[in-house]
Amino acid sequence: MAGNAELLNSVLAAAKAEHRAALVGYLPAGFPTVADGVRAITTMLDGGCDIVEVGLPHSDPVLDGPVIQTADDIALRGGVKITDVIETVREAHRISGAPILCMTYWNPVDRYGVARFAADLAEAGGAGCILPDLPVEESDEWRKAAQEHGLATVFVVAPSSRDERLAKITAAGTGFVYAASLMGVTGTRESVGHEARQLVDRTRAVTDLPVCVGLGVSNAQQAAEVARFADGVIVGSAFVKRLLDAPDLETGLAAVRTLAGELAEGVRKRG
Amino acid sequence: MSQEHFFFPDPEGQVPTPTGYFGAFGGKFIPEALVAAVDEVAAEYEKAKADPAFAAELDELMANYTGRPSALTEVPRFAEHAGGARVFLKREDLNHTGSHKINNVLGQALLTKRMGKTRVIAETGAGQHGVATATACALFGLECTIYMGEVDTKRQALNVARMRMLGAEVIAVKSGSRTLKDAINEAFRDWVANVDRTHYLFGTVAGPHPFPALVRDFHRVIGVEARRQLLERTGRLPDAALACVGGGSNAMGLFHAFLPDTGVRLIGCEPGGHGVETGEHAATLTQGTPGILHGSRSYVLQDEDGQITEPYSISAGLDYPGIGPEHSYLKDIGRAEYRAVTDDEAMQALRLLSRTEGIIPAIESAHALAGALETGRELGPDGLLLVNLSGRGDKDMDTAARYFGLYDTTDEGAN
Repeated sequence: MAGNAELLNSVLAAAKAEHRAALVGYLPAGFPTVADGVRAITTMLDGGCDIVEVGLPHSDPVLDGPVIQTADDIALRGGVKITDVIETVREAHRISGAPILCMTYWNPVDRYGVARFAADLAEAGGAGCILPDLPVEESDEWRKAAQEHGLATVFVVAPSSRDERLAKITAAGTGFVYAASLMGVTGTRESVGHEARQLVDRTRAVTDLPVCVGLGVSNAQQAAEVARFADGVIVGSAFVKRLLDAPDLETGLAAVRTLAGELAEGVRKRG
Repeated sequence: MSQEHFFFPDPEGQVPTPTGYFGAFGGKFIPEALVAAVDEVAAEYEKAKADPAFAAELDELMANYTGRPSALTEVPRFAEHAGGARVFLKREDLNHTGSHKINNVLGQALLTKRMGKTRVIAETGAGQHGVATATACALFGLECTIYMGEVDTKRQALNVARMRMLGAEVIAVKSGSRTLKDAINEAFRDWVANVDRTHYLFGTVAGPHPFPALVRDFHRVIGVEARRQLLERTGRLPDAALACVGGGSNAMGLFHAFLPDTGVRLIGCEPGGHGVETGEHAATLTQGTPGILHGSRSYVLQDEDGQITEPYSISAGLDYPGIGPEHSYLKDIGRAEYRAVTDDEAMQALRLLSRTEGIIPAIESAHALAGALETGRELGPDGLLLVNLSGRGDKDMDTAARYFGLYDTTDEGAN
């Protein structure tokens, strides 16, 4: 069974047709438990997210700040497995019909088996994968497997990426380009600076793929700001924080829904 | 110029490949945000290698600051316990700052200056790399931040004080197993955010290309010197060269000059902790499987889902679930062999060398000494062993005193 790369493309195209940015939410699987994680993800989608990235919790999340590290720890202590992550993708897609991507460090995929991972993710209805520590130079095997199984290969570009690298990376990518708004790890920031806009402009000069901006975006105002120049706005830590800060799950889910709604308005306002 | 030389970049130039591969191991698995910085290090190192002024400056520092060449000491009273084989120690413990780590640190500190960066970050386990880095930063006037697992800041408190005395900021890392692996994670997080002005002075022969080759090259002097010294003293090459392996830098420094000498067995001694059968160890090469950790493919300790498992060793410097990729390559092609040495075996060897030769080794290096005792017994009286004494044991006196019950029971230290 082929993955849902085309569904991802059509959802991004639909947002563009509505003259707005798409809203992409992130939550790790298995947080706070596998079943409640599925509820949290579908709540994000209900609240207004167009697309979801399901994180595969990792023991050594070197690109994540303290918020996502904490969530990953909770999920791993709860015993979350790669098979649970794939089932989370399956359930989230089955319930919502939305494009669901997986976001993971490379070692779990390498260990699970590249072809097996691509096949299982596609079979579960996944739309693609983001692999932030897999540089394009090391990605041949993954891209071959992803293409075979109808999965999008989303690559990350950073403010430090030189133009010739942007061309190389975007040529290898499908679905969209993940533009890191700043140099740093995941986490909420006071503001999303000029770096993001410049990077999006430089990226657009070398590709026709949609460009979505992540890292640091946490509220509707920032979402609106980013939506003025990007095709999508990616929000992760702010959702995780809503769940971490809540006294109980129901309160946390309500806060997730509210935040998704605010952000969804933001991406439609465009500043 | 009569200056002695100490910088011996690999003359073979065959491994790694231009993309950083030693056979199936190595590579560059890093976030896009670090690609430009890592490529800059690689480019600067290539320029430095071709620049006689770089080698001259490093030679001068190695001679007059570090105190190279380091001594080669025969240890006959210790050797009586090693089946009567002759045993020679390469005395990297006598280098300034007390370990081999200074070799790599001075080389990379010079690269940092050449790149125009003003801030250095580093990880440290036992604190030896942190102390060496803080030392070089003091010498060159660079801002310095050292990441160290909280467990290690406690068991190596002396080295924390040394780093702070030298002007470095020491950050105790409280995530994960709170040891070396987590210190490296945190250093990478810092580097991603501050890469413009910061060099990550990586401390071992692991990490993304070019670090495995670059760090190895700065340590090749260990084996080059020891090989020459041993030939002068005994007229022959050793039957085996032994070193402890955590990330693998002192072992690679010793082994590399002997790679073409196929009659010399290369033996890496891994931290067996409480015994590999207990699961509480950090014996990556004998117990691990290939995976990706901290930027390169190598053997790692991991579960079936690719989650890195928490290592254990009494030695903070060896308490690491990864290993430099060139070691994985040498293991797979059969050029080097690796064996696990338990905490207890290492501690007994530490005490034995102290009492027979008046040399207190670091707990890390004591793993190699324990390996030498075993190898010597296998070889018998005709055997000739070379052991890298990678560091001195001052930093470990609290751990050793508790282990052997050396504190007076009324002392504060005995609590």
